[in-house]
Parts: sequence; C-alpha cells; structure tokens
Amino acid sequence: MSSYHTHITDVLIIGAGLAGERAAIEASSHGLNTIILSLVPPRRSHSTAAQGGMQASLGNSAMGKGDSSDIHFADTVKGSDWGCEQDVARLFCETVPIAVRQMAYWGVPWSRVVAGTKTLPDGRVIEDTKDKEGLITGRNFGGTAKWRTCYTADGTGHTMQYTIDSIVVKLGITVHDRMEAISLIHDGEKCLGVVARCLRTGKLNVYIAKATVIATGGYGRLYGASTNAVICEGTGMALAIDTGQVPLGNMEAVQFHPTGMVPVWILITEGARGDGGYLLDKNHHRFMPDYEPAKKDLASRDVVSRRMIQHMRKGLGVDSPYGPYLWLDIRHLGAKHINTNLREIANICRNFAGVDPIKELIPVRPTQHYSMGGVRTNIDGAAYGLKGLFAVGEASCWDLHGFNRLGGNSLAETVVMGMVVGKRIAEYALGATLEYSYALVEEKAKQQQERIDSLIACRHGREDVFKIRQEMEETLMDYVGIFRTGPALQTAVDRLQVLHERSKHIGLRTSGVGANPEITAALRLPGMIRLALTISYGALQRTESRGSHAREDFPKRDDANWLKRTLAYWPDGAVLPELKYEPVTITELPPGDRGYGESSASSKN
Amino acid sequence: MKNRTLTFSIFRYNPATPEIKPHMQSYQLDETTGMTVFVALNRIREEQDPSLMFDFVCRAAICGSCAMLINGKPRLACKTLTRDYGSKITLMPLPVFKLIGDLSVDTGTWFRHLSIKTRAWIHTNKEFDPKALEERMDNATALEIYEPERCIECGCCIAGCATANIREDFLGAAGLNRVARFMVDPRDHRTEQEYFEVVGSDEGVFGCYGLMACDDNCPTQLPLQWQLAFVRRKMAVAGLKR
Ligand SMILES: Cc1cc2nc3c(=O)[nH]c(=O)nc-3n(C[C@H](O)[C@H](O)[C@H](O)COP(=O)(O)OP(=O)(O)OC[C@H]3O[C@@H](n4cnc5c(N)ncnc54)[C@H](O)[C@@H]3O)c2cc1C
Ligand code: SF4
Ligand code: SF4
Ligand code: FES
Repeated sequence: MSSYHTHITDVLIIGAGLAGERAAIEASSHGLNTIILSLVPPRRSHSTAAQGGMQASLGNSAMGKGDSSDIHFADTVKGSDWGCEQDVARLFCETVPIAVRQMAYWGVPWSRVVAGTKTLPDGRVIEDTKDKEGLITGRNFGGTAKWRTCYTADGTGHTMQYTIDSIVVKLGITVHDRMEAISLIHDGEKCLGVVARCLRTGKLNVYIAKATVIATGGYGRLYGASTNAVICEGTGMALAIDTGQVPLGNMEAVQFHPTGMVPVWILITEGARGDGGYLLDKNHHRFMPDYEPAKKDLASRDVVSRRMIQHMRKGLGVDSPYGPYLWLDIRHLGAKHINTNLREIANICRNFAGVDPIKELIPVRPTQHYSMGGVRTNIDGAAYGLKGLFAVGEASCWDLHGFNRLGGNSLAETVVMGMVVGKRIAEYALGATLEYSYALVEEKAKQQQERIDSLIACRHGREDVFKIRQEMEETLMDYVGIFRTGPALQTAVDRLQVLHERSKHIGLRTSGVGANPEITAALRLPGMIRLALTISYGALQRTESRGSHAREDFPKRDDANWLKRTLAYWPDGAVLPELKYEPVTITELPPGDRGYGESSASSKN
Repeated sequence: MKNRTLTFSIFRYNPATPEIKPHMQSYQLDETTGMTVFVALNRIREEQDPSLMFDFVCRAAICGSCAMLINGKPRLACKTLTRDYGSKITLMPLPVFKLIGDLSVDTGTWFRHLSIKTRAWIHTNKEFDPKALEERMDNATALEIYEPERCIECGCCIAGCATANIREDFLGAAGLNRVARFMVDPRDHRTEQEYFEVVGSDEGVFGCYGLMACDDNCPTQLPLQWQLAFVRRKMAVAGLKR
C-alpha cells in the first residue's frame, strides 16, 4: 500500500536555514511557485545558533580601514589552504558587501560604528572616525588580515534568520515544516523532486518540482562531540550520494572549532578571542604566542585546534573525566563588554557549565564544528550528475572553503549563495517544463513505504538503531579526528563497513506509528554511515596534510600530487564509496605559504 | 557523593493511537553530574522507550524548540539542570499549543500565524539599491531593536498567560514584544494608526491583565513588562487620536 499526498511546484527547497530561505526569496521574486521543506520551523534552523558574525569587506571600522574584496579573497584562499575554487571565491568576495547591505535593508540590526578612540585589550589605541559613524562595523575573527566580521551584538545568526524568514512570510512563500525529505526522485538524468515523510503524522508525501534544491546544512552530528544542533545529521548529502550519480566533494575536510565548551560541546564563538580573549594551559600560561608568534590565538581554526592538541599532548592540559582540556580566559574584557557584546556566551557559560566568565576561566577543547565538504556543484550551484538539482549553504561544496573555512565566511556564504544561485535556479526553472513519469514516482514512493514497513515488521532483523549510531559516533571521534594516521583511518573504515552492514538489519522496538522518533532515526542512519565512510575513506586515501586534514604520517601539503578535490560516489549496492578526483581552479593566487601554521607549503617535490 | 535516582513522570499521548488515552508514565534514571532534562530525555528514549516524543534542536537555549512544563512551570528543557529539582520531576507539554505527541507541541505554526497577523516585517516603500552604501543607523538604535528581537519564540510566556489560555486569538507577550521590535525600528514606516489596527484591541494590548506571568517565565529574560507598557502607552495615545 502506498497512499500519499502529491504536491507540484516550480521550485522545491529542502531546508529552511539561511541558505534555503534566501534562495527561496530569489526564486519567488522571479514569480515562481516555491515550497520550502524543513525538519523544524524555519526559525529553529541551525543558522539561528551562529553568534559570531559574517565577513564582508566594508572597511568601515578603524581596524578594517583599507579592506577590499581583494584582501578578503586572499584571506579566503589562504584559509582554504589552496583547496577552494578561486573563481567562486572571487565571485563571493565581490558579492558579500551587497548581501550584507541587503540584509540591513530587510531589517538586520547590524552593530554600527561609534566614533571615538578605544583602547584594545593589548594596549593599542584605535580611532573610529566621524565619517564612518553609523555604518556597519566589523569585529576581529581568526585568519583575516582586517577586521571585517559584521555582527549584531551576540546574535548574528538569530537576527539574520529572523529577518530572512520575515521576508519569506511577507512574500507568502509556502513552508512545510516537520517534513523530512527521505529520497530524491530522479530518472537517471533529471531530478524530479522528493519523497518526504511528515514528522507530525509519519505519512509519506511526494513533491514534484522543476528544480530541487538541497539546503540541508551540515553533518556535525555524525561525531559524538559536535557544536552543531542535534538535527545536523547530513541527511541532504545522503539523499544526493544515494542517487549513485551525484558526488560529494572533499568530505574528508572536517572543521574542528578550537573552543567547544567541556563537556556539553556548546560553542564559545570565535568572537571571544576576536574581542581579546586568549587560551591558557593548566599552569595558566598563554601558550599560543609560543607556536604562532604572528597570529597568536587568532590563527585559522585548523591551526589553533592542532596547536591545542599538540600542547595537551605535552601534558599541559587540565585533566578531567572527559579527557584533557584547556582554558579560555575572557575575564580581562570586563563585565560591561562581556554582558553586552558577549552576553550569549556569558549565559551559556552560566547555564551549562556553572561558570561565570567575568570571574572564572572557561573549559574548552577543539570540537567538530563545520562540514567543508558536501554536494559538489559548479559555480552556478548546479549539482554534478543530475539536471534540475542544486545545492546551497553548508550542505553544498561550491567550493568556497577548500580544506578550511574561515570563521564568518559561512553565514556570508549562505546569503551570497542564496542570492547568486537563487537567480540561476530561477533561470533554470523558468526555462524548464514539468515532465515526469507517474509510474516512476509511484515506484519511488512505494520503495520508501516498503522501507518503513520492513523496519516496523523487523523483516531484516532486530538491530538497535541507537546502539549502532553511538558506535558510529565513537568511531569517528576516536579515529577520524584532528590528527589522522593511516592505520587509525583504516580501523575507522573497517568498523564503519561493519556498522553499515548491521544498519541494514535494524528493526524497531516500538510500533513506529505517527511521529515516532525511533523510525525517524532508523530511516536516517544508513545514509549517515555512508557519509561517515566517505569522510574516513577519503581521508585514508589523501596522503598529505592540507587545512583541517592533518595526517601525522604525511605532515606536508603535497601540491604535486594532491592539489585536487575528492569526489565521492556511492554506486547502488556498493560497500565503499568510489573516489574520483578533479583539479582545483586556480585563477589568481598560486599555491604558497599561508603565513601561519606549520609552514605547510614547504614540500616542493 | 552518592548519585540520586530520579523519577520522571511524563505525559503520554499519541494522536495516531487515540484508543490509548492520555496518561502519565514513570521512568527512573541515575543522575549524572551536570545532567539537564535534555540529557535525561534522550537517555530515556535511547535506553528505555524509543517511542517518547519531544523536541530539541540547539540544546543551548538559542532555538526555542524545547519548552515544556517542568513541575508545572514553562521552562526550556535544555537549560534545566536536574540538580535544581527534587528526585521526582513531572514533565507535561505546554498548554495553548496544538499537541503533536507526548511532550512535543506545535509552537512553530502558532508563531507563524503571529508573524502573519502582526505583519512582522519591515514595511517600507524604499527600493534596495545594490550600488549604494547602507543607510546609517545609530548603534544605540541598533541595540534597542536587538533587545526585543532576541525573543526565541519558545512559547513560555504564552503557556503561562491567563489570557492566552482562554482567548485563542490573543497575541500574548511574544506578539506584543514582536510589534515593539518594529515600532522602534526607523526603517519601518508604519504609523501609530497602522499599528493600532494590529494591536489596539482585546486580541492585543487591551486583552492583557498585566499580572506579568510572562515576564517571570521568559528564558531569554526579555523585559516583557517594559515592552508591554511601551506598546500600551503608544496605543493609548493612538486610540485617543482616532
Ligand atoms: C554553534 C555554531 C556557531 C556558528 N557561528 C558562525 C558564525 O559566527 N559565523 C559563520 O559564518 N558561521 C557560523 N557557523 C556556521 C553557520 O552557522 C552554518 O554553516 C550555516 O548557518 C548553515 O546554514 P544552512 O542554511 O546551510 O543550514 P542550516 O541553517 O543548518 O539549515 C538546514 C535546514 O535544512 C533542514 N533540513 C535538513 N535536512 C532536511 C531534510 N532531510 N528534509 C527537510 N529539511 C531538512 C533543516 O530543518 C534546516 O531548516 C556556526 C555554526 C555553529 C554550529
Ligand atoms: S501580563 Fe499580559 S501578556 Fe503577560 S501573562 Fe499577564 S495577561 Fe499575559
Ligand atoms: S518573549 Fe520570551 S518567553 Fe515569550 S516566546 Fe519570546 S523568548 Fe519565549
Ligand atoms: S533545544 Fe533549542 S532552546 Fe532548547
């Protein structure tokens, strides 16, 4: 039996975070019928949790003077360790100032320049000039030559998401929340829409569209310790790779944020260090300047995370039942600054660790944070392998971030990509006709109904979904972390393959009726394990170190052999991903030294 | 210190199986250090009862998904530490909102309607000019807008409000706070009279008794009392001018 609702539209957007909603606004503004699907109400999307800010080279603040899209471009390419597409980075850097101003026009209350002199925590005196007063200001973030991270006090993601969503409401764009896409419908050439499961009732729905857009965010929750929201399970990427035709790019590029709070792994934003906070070891020694004399605590995230682990390996971390950790000190910033500009952090410290950061140190440790990899698209946001399929935001590999994303570049990417790719989606949909085979849709819906029925009836076994998921999380944590080695990665691949097999034998312990959470988890898990395998296997094959991918057995960047992007495919019935590679587009800035980190460019073989 | 054993008494009802009437079900769990209701509920689901329905997203008191009645009071479950409670903890879904199942309620739809009813977006006749600099704004004004903007739409103020519990169409503190956010924004060109159309009735400011249950319950510590008074003052003046 398969009974389901069918919805037909021009553009279908899977995901109501910043990227998805921004693209939807663009499509709708072109007069196209647009439907957005989301696991949760739009304003609860993970984008809301971003606190720090978004990069744009406005050059308004004292420390941002002289900034330009050229400098932003160079920072981004260096940050990516030359793994990004330089034509994409160029397009991005030229567009961000427009995007941030458009957000201001729509209602984001960006923090503004206040004229006058200020003394920085390190004693430097700076002056914001009268001619810039009232323009959008910027704060300091890691890996940037200028202060260019635009922010709204301590809630940048929140105000951006609420503002974008207010425009979605204004335009009357249809949103189906608590509706999870569980499979793409395609005929081998073209994507035709999705089969979705309603998270209120458990019923299947079919969406047919001229253009389908994956805007589902990252996969942080594959790891046991992640700063990501609990819904960041990479489902959209799994939908794409499960077609067998759409590749995922650079899945081995996983970002760890230096300051996840121990032991709940809630993020302490980079803004804390940008505003003058620094790291201390167990002897209260500020150690980052010993490793990184130039950038100190504000080198790029991959570098700071590695230095922290290195330092803890010397026995200089604070011991705890959750493993060693380090301290983040912001006390010297003072109560006034902490209670306004860093209020959200102060609340998080108080509520979730019982720490008052005005008087006490914050326990931190590098924690999984961002997915550089994702659905590989061209510069127009069109996915490789299927017509009519696009991807935007963290779920995509456009590839702006290469092997390391700069803080503040992903909020910026969501709105820039939503704007730029949204236009391409609209152009595509305006030129496309809706043709699909009814039998094909029926068959795809039936397949999903059968998966559901089999899980409920325990037709293939009685494996416990939560146990397998926990083993997957632990495997990635233990063997595919910040520092990687061949043998550890091989262990991860072996274990994950076993888990993948076991996941085919999951059976429910409950009835699976209605909004049942066990079946929701069971439907997601096999795809999640395939993602975990593409991460581990890609990392095993890449015998060099680049950005966030740090191989202890291959500590140098190897441009001769590895200046290329991994493309992972999952052919039907495969037990491992099939890896292909493509060259990285270099238009302006040839590979060189980043100016921080472990001098990665020294390999000239 | 010996760990406590906690007993959670949890409301159960699945609309998909109406033959099973709403009831309370008990679960026992060993308390761990720093345990929150988020941690506890996930452990109950994974170890004891995978059918248990509840909502979490950010687990950091940012997204507003997880409000429920904890020992009768509307609270965010993710930032509720079990150590602040006795060994028996009762969990009920928020009232006012439509029940999805067990502890999960549909706050999303409720707040969507709120945005539509209050026309909660910047109303302006200006066009966006991609070549122009941004319009200037005083930083103090930006912060003044940000203050009410911080609402996370969790519904705690609504669940605890006497009026909202009897009047389905009442905008509640969150709704009036939302209107206040646009009133202080110089980019929004709506006049007082236009706002009066939205909130100058019993659905809006005049339905509020001013008992301030909302203010006590807001997990974001929004100064709701202040915001309500602000909107009421403006609307009283606008009402006189009509
Ligand atoms: C704690 C934290 C702080 C951060 N701070 C910053 C910062 O200061 N600056 C910065 O630039 N970046 C920051 N980032 C990164 C940035 O927030 C994210 O990369 C970005 O918000 C992702 O936006 P998105 O629209 O791509 O995805 P998301 O906002 O994650 O949205 C994904 C959407 O997809 C939906 N969805 C997922 N799967 C499905 C499915 N199968 N069916 C239907 N819907 C689905 C979800 O419901 C959701 O609506 C931070 C990240 C974290 C974890
Ligand atoms: S003060 Fe008004 S809005 Fe707040 S709880 Fe009382 S009646 Fe409701
Ligand atoms: S005003 Fe406070 S209690 Fe009410 S919905 Fe907003 S955050 Fe929640
Ligand atoms: S889970 Fe987001 S507020 Fe509790």
